[in-house]
Amino acid sequence: MILIWLIGLLMGGGLLAFLVGQWNKTLPRWISLYTLIIGFIALISFWVEHYAAINIGSTDSWMIDFQQDWIPSFGISFHLAIDGLSLLLLMLTFFLGILAVLCSWKEITEHLGFYHFNLLWILAGISGVFMAMDLFLFYFFWEIMLIPMYFLIGIWGSKNREYAAYKFFIFTQVSGLLMFISILALYFIHAQNTGRYTFNYFELLGTVIAPQTAFWLMMGFMIAFAVKLPVVPFHSWLPDAHSEAPTAGSLILAGLLLKTGAYGILRFVLPLFPEIAKTYAPCAMLLGVIGIIYGAILAFSQTDLKRLIAYTSVSHMGFVILGIFAFNELAFQGVVMQLLTHAISTGALFIMAGMLKERLHTREIDEMGGLWFQMPKMGAIAVLFAMASLGLPGLGNFVAEFLILLGAFKSNMWLTVLATIGLIFSAIYSLRMIQKVFHGPIPASAPFSDFSWREVFIMAVLTISIIWLGLYPQPIINTARPMIKQMEQLFPTEFKNQP
Amino acid sequence: MIANDLSALMPLLLLAGSAVLIMLLIAIKFNHRSIQISSLLLFVISFLSIFQLQKPLPYFIEPLFVIDDFSIFMIGLIIFSSLVVNIISYLYFEGKEESPKEYYVLLFLCTLGGCVLAVSNHFISLFLGLEVLTVGLYALIAYFRARHHNIEAGIKYLILAAFSSAFLLFGMALMYFQLGTMNFSAMTGKLGTISSLPPLFLTGFGLMLIGIGFKLAVVPFHMWTADVYQGAPTPVTSFIATVSKGGVFAVLIRFFIAIDGFRFHALMVVFVVIAIASMVIGNLLALQQKNVKRLLAYSSIAHLGYLLVAFIPGNAMSIPAVSFYLAVYFVTTLTAFGILTILSSKENDMENINNFKALFWDHPVLACIFSTALLSLAGIPLTAGFIGKFYILASGLQTGFWVLALVLILSSVYGLYYYLRIINTLFSGQQNPASQEKTVRPVFYLISSIVLSFLTLLILWIGIYPSGLMQLIEHFQIR
Repeated sequence: MILIWLIGLLMGGGLLAFLVGQWNKTLPRWISLYTLIIGFIALISFWVEHYAAINIGSTDSWMIDFQQDWIPSFGISFHLAIDGLSLLLLMLTFFLGILAVLCSWKEITEHLGFYHFNLLWILAGISGVFMAMDLFLFYFFWEIMLIPMYFLIGIWGSKNREYAAYKFFIFTQVSGLLMFISILALYFIHAQNTGRYTFNYFELLGTVIAPQTAFWLMMGFMIAFAVKLPVVPFHSWLPDAHSEAPTAGSLILAGLLLKTGAYGILRFVLPLFPEIAKTYAPCAMLLGVIGIIYGAILAFSQTDLKRLIAYTSVSHMGFVILGIFAFNELAFQGVVMQLLTHAISTGALFIMAGMLKERLHTREIDEMGGLWFQMPKMGAIAVLFAMASLGLPGLGNFVAEFLILLGAFKSNMWLTVLATIGLIFSAIYSLRMIQKVFHGPIPASAPFSDFSWREVFIMAVLTISIIWLGLYPQPIINTARPMIKQMEQLFPTEFKNQP
Repeated sequence: MIANDLSALMPLLLLAGSAVLIMLLIAIKFNHRSIQISSLLLFVISFLSIFQLQKPLPYFIEPLFVIDDFSIFMIGLIIFSSLVVNIISYLYFEGKEESPKEYYVLLFLCTLGGCVLAVSNHFISLFLGLEVLTVGLYALIAYFRARHHNIEAGIKYLILAAFSSAFLLFGMALMYFQLGTMNFSAMTGKLGTISSLPPLFLTGFGLMLIGIGFKLAVVPFHMWTADVYQGAPTPVTSFIATVSKGGVFAVLIRFFIAIDGFRFHALMVVFVVIAIASMVIGNLLALQQKNVKRLLAYSSIAHLGYLLVAFIPGNAMSIPAVSFYLAVYFVTTLTAFGILTILSSKENDMENINNFKALFWDHPVLACIFSTALLSLAGIPLTAGFIGKFYILASGLQTGFWVLALVLILSSVYGLYYYLRIINTLFSGQQNPASQEKTVRPVFYLISSIVLSFLTLLILWIGIYPSGLMQLIEHFQIR
């Protein structure tokens, strides 16, 4: 019941913020902040409550399940359920949601009610995606998160916002509709086999599909998730959307929207089409490696701070693809870690880019420099997160990328070797970013203020989390373990025996 | 027996009677407001009379009509749309240069034509219904006879509709020549044993398709659409987009089921080509439109293409999907045109896309309604359009029409661009402090807004909880 309650909370909070926004110019902020805090506390207490049960190692990876008929004539039900992975991503959703509200506190002054309506509805859509266990419902939420995101970029974005908003929307919509065709095809194939018309995930899992058809169906799903993730040939919407979106928008895009792609692959592509996934795993891993290196090179050559950070996302998400298609426990653990740590480290970088833009009114790296002297606090934190993003031991990203490389090494040595080069590249672009922004000559301009108490709070929370994830990731790995175990059972051990 | 016939035809008789009654009221010089209100009442009465129809159905009135569940559903839809058109018309016509009163007479006649189409079971009643509808529309489209756009649209429609009627008649004649009957039910028997179509019948059907295609505005018979949509008064445009197309589609469905056309490969190929062309070309042409009425005209071409995707497979899901999508399309189109009507001023129609700038900040309620309607046309979840598209895709894919489904998906994706463009315009720009001026007719403005809000809630309700409408449609089926 907590699941439907969470979505209702977000949607209701959004509506309330919208209505109140017509009369009051500050209240919507507080409404969305409290909405998210309530949801976050509820999730944390749920986690603490169930944590003991997870550690016992029960065979059933599902913690809670809610099912209600929705459109019975088509076998569509309102079916929500979560396992460890969903729970972690849900907590991440609410966590980043709170930060998104906080970091847009000063930045957004116009049409506040509608802004917070969009923000909360994006989060509602994302939460729905992480919970839905009915393929129709999943697609429903998948689409719901798009429209508010489109508005968020298109209305509150920076100069080139309309182009970026269109591009984002059309990329994701095309791929989403291809997935929808695949879902429908799966539905009819399942009905032909068994005579039962249903979109229920658990019933569709065992559907027997001819390999030729299965390949096309998998491609439908895969393209949708690859666009979101993004995997390299499908990434071109990402730098535009990230750089034009307001800070909270970039934070949610990088921290959450990209994660829905990875979640989709883990939840749907691998369990529904294990055989095909196994056949094409080397291709997917190759794309991942290309993404790692290509993203890093492009990140190095950017002059726009937000675009630079956006391309680092492409690079980091390459690790996710690499890890997912390595099909072993270590790599899966690494993927789960990477999803969380990337959200935090890249989110922090985007927030700082937003803060710089508030002060300097530019995103051009060439116009920055020497900021350390005026903003030592921000400089220190920026170095910390740049280090996190290049994978310094002791911070969360190191654990994630190390586990992924360790796992991937077992299944494909040469690609892993290539991927490792990405770590060197990431050091190069991160250091270049720090060098250009915080060191070097000081441009002649008015002094800037360092962090305010609100910004200190945001950064403190993020710093604590990334260090915690780097030093003691065990609770996260424990939470995701039952789910990872199940994934591993789909792919028997032949990979482990390879040299 | 004759009494039963009369009671079965009660909605149609009421509509015909209302036209006469309103004419009399005009003769004794009632003012616009009382004419409007009395016609509204008469529409409501006609609508309610549908619920009084006696069972058991289907009820045949040989040889012309058949009253069955499906025709009741279509009549209900048609009268409901006319009712909405009637309500939003007052604001639009009040204060315009022409006397608006005769407009209501014509509206009744056109509605009657649409309803006759929905119950016709015979070529003669088909043609009669079509002509009652079309002739009424000639006058409605050119209602503001001093404005050159209206005249242009009226003449265009007149010439093309007359031509298409000629094609239709010739086609009917050929089919009659081949089969020796004009009654749909009788045709079922005559064609029952044949597996390939006789050439004359095929020719006749082709000619008939030209006539029908013109009325439905599917590619390649779509040339008139944009001009007529733009030129006609906005409430009339919404009437053309809904009632006129819905009635014709209903008769097409009935005829096709009667001759079981789904088994003839040649016919289906023609339909597939038309459907693909309509979806692709309709959406393409809409992309660059600056005029919202023209844009909606092209989008309606594409929507008729979508409808054909559900219709072509001819499986158990087809007709419910078509009915569902028609209902959704009616509600959505009425809402969109309703907003255009409300926002139109005395001199100019609200049609240029630039006039919509910052509408969201000036009139948030109207802008929300308009966005919802556009999103529903684009088929975005939470709106009825999404469920409608899902239904259509399900119907197409069930019988394995992959190509149609893919074309639908791809064309609706680039079609999305122009809906988004309008929505973008609604949100762009700054609030205009001068725009808070008082509306001229506050009462009718309020009533129209309430009706449109109701339609919007309907769109959202169907989008979130479609089971209700699905069950209703399941009940009102051709059997």
